[in-house]
Amino acid sequence: MRPFSTVFWVAVILGSGVLHAAEVPVEHPPFKKDQYVHHAPTVDDLMKDQEIKPQLKKVILKGRDIFMNTQQYRGKYVFSRLSCKNCHLGEGRLNWSGPIWPAATTLPDYRGKNGHVNSLEERIAGCFSFSLNGKPPEYGSDIMLALSAYHQWLALKAPVYETHIGGRGYSSLGKDIPKDIHYVQGEKVYQAQCAICHGATGQGKSVEGKVVFPPLWGDDSYNWGAGMARVYTAASFIKNNMPLGKPGALSDRDAWAVALYVNSQERPQDPRYTGDVKETREKYFNFHQYTMYGTERDGVLLGQHDNTGAKPFLKPDALRPRTFDE
Amino acid sequence: MMQVHRGWLFSAVLALTGVAHGAGDPEKGKLIVTAGDGSGAPCIACHGLDGAGNDLAGIPRLAGMDAGYLVKQMRDYRSGARKSAVMSPNVDNLNDGQIADVAAYYATLDTAPTSLPSGAPGALALGEALATKGDWDHYIVPCETCHGPGNVGVGSDFPKLAGQHPTYIKQQLKAWKTGTRNNDPNHLMLAIVGRLTETQIEAVAAWLARQDPKGGK
Repeated sequence: MRPFSTVFWVAVILGSGVLHAAEVPVEHPPFKKDQYVHHAPTVDDLMKDQEIKPQLKKVILKGRDIFMNTQQYRGKYVFSRLSCKNCHLGEGRLNWSGPIWPAATTLPDYRGKNGHVNSLEERIAGCFSFSLNGKPPEYGSDIMLALSAYHQWLALKAPVYETHIGGRGYSSLGKDIPKDIHYVQGEKVYQAQCAICHGATGQGKSVEGKVVFPPLWGDDSYNWGAGMARVYTAASFIKNNMPLGKPGALSDRDAWAVALYVNSQERPQDPRYTGDVKETREKYFNFHQYTMYGTERDGVLLGQHDNTGAKPFLKPDALRPRTFDE
Repeated sequence: MMQVHRGWLFSAVLALTGVAHGAGDPEKGKLIVTAGDGSGAPCIACHGLDGAGNDLAGIPRLAGMDAGYLVKQMRDYRSGARKSAVMSPNVDNLNDGQIADVAAYYATLDTAPTSLPSGAPGALALGEALATKGDWDHYIVPCETCHGPGNVGVGSDFPKLAGQHPTYIKQQLKAWKTGTRNNDPNHLMLAIVGRLTETQIEAVAAWLARQDPKGGK
């Protein structure tokens, strides 16, 4: 066969394409009647916006850059191999993927996780401390200001203190693990649906040192104190966002099972660790009642170790209590 | 004798477990690429000895592609999982070892891209936006989220797009859209392609074709 006939056949094949492939749906839970549904602005909107000063635009874009490539601070503020965008898909704008703008409209507010009123910066510091297994940039620093500006701009035109928000957070499947969800089933789902990107052992994939697919467990992933370590958080995230491009593709049961599987693997220590995992689990039971931390898997107590991953300390100084009693 | 036997056993285990991907011999591969296997056309007839392919004819550039990816595509042509009236009859008599050799040969090549199409600035800007930022409001994930930084490819499942011929990229995206290609793992590509408009396909193909296959700027 010579080249010209190849061209001919390619033309024939192209000309015959009249069928249409079945489209893969994007299935998200419906919004509830009384919920505020936000449409966060895009970078294109920002560039066109005449009301926002160019100096502020620059800072907002800096915040976006930090959000999208938080790995630029690996070894300084981030000791995992994760970036903000890994848990907050679609530039932090996407409903059902933990959109970040509500932090700008609902904080300061009381948070059960640390038992006091948190500012936006403090909330961001929480992500650095737990999800990124890192050390938060200083309060009031340029990085914090840029990230805050990015959050607040994404909230453009959203009502302040509105808390009935459609697609917020990750809890669409409820908080309690259904009774008949099993680790072994989760492992099957993981290997069939997730391993192609995140690797057979959850290590993720990188190209020339740059993370492409984030690690889901092990030293380079979120630590035991991260919201994503809660089985329900991961289950809802997976249900509404994974496999990438196919939200809603997994059944609820498969999403729960694979979340249980992923969150039953070892990961860096919870920065709030007291030295005893069962004690720590009890002390922060309002959080750990939803994680597998301090429970047994195949005779091994999960989280009973001193491994902080690549982070050379346990607890960042930014994590501290706050009272207004004086 | 003992060593031969062991070697054979090792190969058999590799073939059975599918670990043989990319384990081919580029020198042997070069012979097949040049002379063919006695049936069908030799690869060089269309893809060239340098693996540069041909944009106008819609023949993909193979130089520097991941060997495991090329192995899977050739196996899929052979089994019919990926359909091509041209490729299937040309690879149907290649055994797994020969496929691995051909893949290893093309994977090792370092050929400069031959086609740098001139795209309209507007189209290129749209293509760049899709490839690097996506269009999340329509759930179009940026190409580089899976195809890696600079779209240079990630392992054997997410092929290099940078520097690929635009005609071929367009053909493939349209093949997914029409259902004539569906050999992507977990249908991760199908999900995205179904949401792309014709204009977006044109734009993203034009932009990707102009990128450095090695990821440079």
